[in-house]
Amino acid sequence: MNLTILHLYPKEMNLYGDHGNVLVLKRRCEWRGIKVNIIEHNIGDELPAKCDIIFGGGGQDSGQQRIAEDLRNNGKALKAWAEDGMPTLLVCGIYQLFGNFFKMQDGVTIEGISVLDIETEAGDKRLIGNIVIESGKFGDIVGYENHSGLTELGNDIKPLGKVTRGYGNNGSDGAEGVFYKNTIGTYMHGPLLPKNPRIADFLIKTALERKYGAQKDFEKLPDKLEQKARKIAMERPR
Amino acid sequence: MIGSILLGKGIQTATRVRGNGGSALPGLVIERMNPKFVREILGKLKYGVVVISGTNGKTTTTKIVAELLEKQGLKVFTNDTGSNFVRGVISAIVKKISIRGKFGYDIAVLELDEAYAVKFAEIVPIEYVLLLNVQRDQLDRFGEIDHTAKLLEMVAQHSKKAVVINREDPRLREIDVKRPVYFGLSEDLMKLFPPDEDLPEDTGKRSTELPALVRLKKLVKDRATYEIDGKDFSATLKLKGGYNAYNAAGALALVKTILPKSSTEQFIADLSGVESAFGRGESFTVDGVTVELLLVKNPSAFQLSLDSFASDDYDYMIAINDNYADGRDVSWLYNVDFSKLKQVAICAGMRAYDMVLRLKYDEIEVDSVEQDVDKALRQFVGYSGKPKRIFATYTAMLEIRKLMTGKSLL
Repeated sequence: MNLTILHLYPKEMNLYGDHGNVLVLKRRCEWRGIKVNIIEHNIGDELPAKCDIIFGGGGQDSGQQRIAEDLRNNGKALKAWAEDGMPTLLVCGIYQLFGNFFKMQDGVTIEGISVLDIETEAGDKRLIGNIVIESGKFGDIVGYENHSGLTELGNDIKPLGKVTRGYGNNGSDGAEGVFYKNTIGTYMHGPLLPKNPRIADFLIKTALERKYGAQKDFEKLPDKLEQKARKIAMERPR
Repeated sequence: MIGSILLGKGIQTATRVRGNGGSALPGLVIERMNPKFVREILGKLKYGVVVISGTNGKTTTTKIVAELLEKQGLKVFTNDTGSNFVRGVISAIVKKISIRGKFGYDIAVLELDEAYAVKFAEIVPIEYVLLLNVQRDQLDRFGEIDHTAKLLEMVAQHSKKAVVINREDPRLREIDVKRPVYFGLSEDLMKLFPPDEDLPEDTGKRSTELPALVRLKKLVKDRATYEIDGKDFSATLKLKGGYNAYNAAGALALVKTILPKSSTEQFIADLSGVESAFGRGESFTVDGVTVELLLVKNPSAFQLSLDSFASDDYDYMIAINDNYADGRDVSWLYNVDFSKLKQVAICAGMRAYDMVLRLKYDEIEVDSVEQDVDKALRQFVGYSGKPKRIFATYTAMLEIRKLMTGKSLL
């Protein structure tokens, strides 16, 4: 078996070790004997005709402005994939741009690609610190957040989870991230996947099912180390 | 004024008696009570105030500059305790000033934190500024890198005489100042200054278009050749790590700017004698074993350190803390490529398990995990007969240094 991971804008959108998410997906596939091909999509590149998992990370405001046009040029294909159930992980900056818009601190608005019905405006202070959320599907999710954007969800889109410690989407409604079809959007880095292997395995398993059918023998990997690191992260000061 | 001095000295004595180090506390109190204190003292110096800032290399570069100027006969005031906020500077002044307010120095060479340097520049007149680099650091404290670059530009614009700039840093070389002086690298040494991944497209100035007063031309092990004013000078350095040979280029450019008539040969000879700063490649002998301690506080520093110091002839310990001074966010560990290490003996510190997890994904074997730094260090010293290297975040470095200088471990 083999999977192709599409990594969106690895140069501009890799602020908080986001590249680690791709590494986790790659290794957890390899450890299961699944071959991995990573396609990096940079500004001006053509999107591949096919892929199995999509990942995009966070960037500075300036990075977001640089990629926005290219992202919009590819918006149609990315939207079609999301609607079709493509397993996708979007962190921070790219999460915002998969929404309707991001209005920055200086008042300039970057139009998004409206894959997700969310809207983001920069707030006065950065929301920074360790964060834990409770999600039904993945249990507790642990990470670190650092964003100025405040994101509101549309009526028909569900959050990834409920904040138990930290700020989340906007620091006021207790919601964090989105979970739409198989697309996960979130402000949580750390990076997200090393300490939340259930999400990594969900993306991989879903990709395999879409490509090869049911995965009854999907191998469980040891996760003692992950459990320990999660527990410590949950107890550290914010 | 005298009231402030007495008060500061009183607090210093009191905290020393209580044994809780707190080097910035007297500064904090005076900063609140007499905010003009620093300007009154430092504004009178003959050669004025020099500020050194940037993400990486501040402490080592400040040490080099201070020592080179001292060898020229100047009395140099510096904040070598590594407390690089305004209040840290005040504390250092209080320690050195006489009760009657006599402060016998010619020049102040100060390492300042990027965010605090601006506040400092607003209070105290500055003659010279040296800007080393703007790299990804504790983003939980500084926000975005572009913001940090702007802060440094504001500091530079306060400088009255000259601003010495690393021309290989794409953000810094765009800084708009009246009298820039550049230092740089030769083409084949560019790896000593790896560009950050998140950089604007190459639309700005190219580094080679900017004339460099000092250029690090060649580096073979610890033998560095600098081109200064078109002439080559070589020195064998005691400073460890190629990146410090480059920091020394910045230091040389600065001292040549402050004292243009002094002999370059003498500066080079004196540079050879400068030793590594506190916890930045410092060497200790513990129970007959050599242990080198390397501060790693952000991805570029860690990467450069690994590039210089990963070798099969050594045992490695990595200590990661996440106290405020280390940065609470440990995600930066994923911006470092660890594949140069084959094996790590011990991971330590509050976030030891995060470190092991990071290494797991680079498929690097870790022998043991021990969150308690003291216990880990004892275990590490007895680990094998090989010499040892420890990579540690800031507070872990302080802890380890205290243990190594304080007593025998076994």
